[in-house]
Amino acid sequence: MEVRVVNVRKEFERFPALHDVSLDIKSGELIALLGPSGSGKTTLLRLIAGLERPTKGAIFFGEEDASQKSIQERNVGFVFQHYALFRHMTVADNIGFGLKVRHGAARPSSQEIRRRALELLDLVQLSGLEKRYPAQLSGGQRQRVALARAMAIEPKVLLLDEPFGALDAQVRRELRRWLREIHDRTGHTTVFVTHDQEEALELADRVVVMSQGRIEQVGTADDIYDTPNSPFVYSFIGESSSLPVKVENGEVWIADRPIGLEAPHAPPGEAVLYFRPHDVDLLDGCSGCIAGTVAASRRVAGTRRVELEIGGERQRVEIELPVDHPAAQKSRVAFRPRRWKLFPKA
Amino acid sequence: MADPEIKSYEPHHESRSAAVTESRPVRITLTTVTLVFLGIFLLLPLIIVFKEAFAKGVGAYFQSLGDADTRSAIRLTLLVAAISVPLNLVFGLSAAWAIAKFEFKGKAFLTTLIDLPFSVSPVISGLVYVLLFGAQGLLGEWLKAHGIQILFAVPGIVLATVFVTFPFVARELIPLMQEQGNGDEEAALSLGASGWQAFWYVTLPNVKWGLLYGVLLCNARAMGEFGAVSVVSGHIRGLTNTMPLHVEILYNEYNAVGAFAVASLLAGLALVTLVLKTLLEMRYGAEIAATRGH
Repeated sequence: MEVRVVNVRKEFERFPALHDVSLDIKSGELIALLGPSGSGKTTLLRLIAGLERPTKGAIFFGEEDASQKSIQERNVGFVFQHYALFRHMTVADNIGFGLKVRHGAARPSSQEIRRRALELLDLVQLSGLEKRYPAQLSGGQRQRVALARAMAIEPKVLLLDEPFGALDAQVRRELRRWLREIHDRTGHTTVFVTHDQEEALELADRVVVMSQGRIEQVGTADDIYDTPNSPFVYSFIGESSSLPVKVENGEVWIADRPIGLEAPHAPPGEAVLYFRPHDVDLLDGCSGCIAGTVAASRRVAGTRRVELEIGGERQRVEIELPVDHPAAQKSRVAFRPRRWKLFPKA
Repeated sequence: MADPEIKSYEPHHESRSAAVTESRPVRITLTTVTLVFLGIFLLLPLIIVFKEAFAKGVGAYFQSLGDADTRSAIRLTLLVAAISVPLNLVFGLSAAWAIAKFEFKGKAFLTTLIDLPFSVSPVISGLVYVLLFGAQGLLGEWLKAHGIQILFAVPGIVLATVFVTFPFVARELIPLMQEQGNGDEEAALSLGASGWQAFWYVTLPNVKWGLLYGVLLCNARAMGEFGAVSVVSGHIRGLTNTMPLHVEILYNEYNAVGAFAVASLLAGLALVTLVLKTLLEMRYGAEIAATRGH
């Protein structure tokens, strides 16, 4: 099911949580809403589910305007951050709940409900646990039951709120892979919220980066990482370094020296240069480069992170070097970013 | 299920560190003080109630319980409890629901208001009804004109009892429902349940033990209430006397066996309530902990 969010605005007691957000989600897509807390990602998810009503704008499921429909009518599968499993029901009863509360002819017989529940339990690889209560399950198992319960109603869209937020790192990684498999097998249009960029980039077909109630960028992991379209996305996704620069004669300058980067289309004047700390060329001599004094050097996992002081303003910038690179021992290092982007000064 | 990674909050009995354990003499002193206090103020009166009730033998005990006025007092007490407990069950549930699940203006005020019967002397609660429904009261004229008798009749007793006992169920449920939040209900709705189904299948089972506690306490108080009922009842023998009022009348008439026989029934009720509560905790301890905790 294709989902379209059209110019949606949401206010809580006059405080805007979302400003004029539009988003097209393709049928069968696995999409991540990524952003820091307070960015509006969970609000957007809850709006799609029908747990909240938009202040303005509309949400379409296919061609149908879903915004005025109740959550029951929307038929979405929602997996809550803390799972919200019914604690007094067994795992099988939890999964069958959505079928049990149906009315009249739409309600399957109790044997059929049970059969469906066991089938789904098998899909989420928890066969044999149908008689357990939620309190008797581990966090990862509860997560799977919550997903099975959401899928039992054959939802048009599957919505997951921080699905792995409450789990430890090991289980997180396992479940991430597993969710991808389930998605590929069942083909549900799936939207999940996360603040973990690794999770979003690894798992999703497309990532929606949000900040302060607005969508900053929508794209594949490659798009988002390689061509961020705003300073926010640049600094939020992955590591980044930035330096205040000047554009003159189609070239990038720091203080009174050109640094060997050409920017023929950039408007002249002050700007900020963004690049990835690991995506730099180290240079020996320096005519047209960024040179700085080594202020600090730290070993981080497989690389060495060097902090440089640049120019008279003593701007600090970080670059990454191979661990055994001789430059790490020097007091001055010269480099040039391999891939970079200029943004107007804020 | 605030944090699923934490399996349970069992108190650490075995691992209690030496730092928070008192020395032996201190522990013995504290325990003794508690036991002596309980013995003098709770156990002794209870024993005396039963001793006095049976002072003239089992025959006299049952004879005094068989007295027509006594039987009528028991009937009235049961009737009042049968009306006021269900009323407060419904009221307590809806008040707790409103306070725990919704945001609205004046919520803090409503919460305080629910506690009012606890903080006001029961006699005052009774007086309020006299001022409201009495012959010289605010609605007295109108009620008289329409031939409605509230004061010195069963309706007045029920009203006073409802007033005095209404915090019990609500008080028990509000913290429980607040702690559980809206998550389960949202989940039920997202799975297609109607509001009523969500309440019936999810909310109610989640609070059933708290609800039962509240009802037990509410019932005990409804049957035992003296002050408020005393003011509005008029003490008409065989008509508007409840058990606690009847105990007082009998006692003032130097009918010790009669008074204590009725008192023993009330004490028995308290004991049954306690035993029921303990049995429930024993039988469903794990389940109760599960619905309250994590």
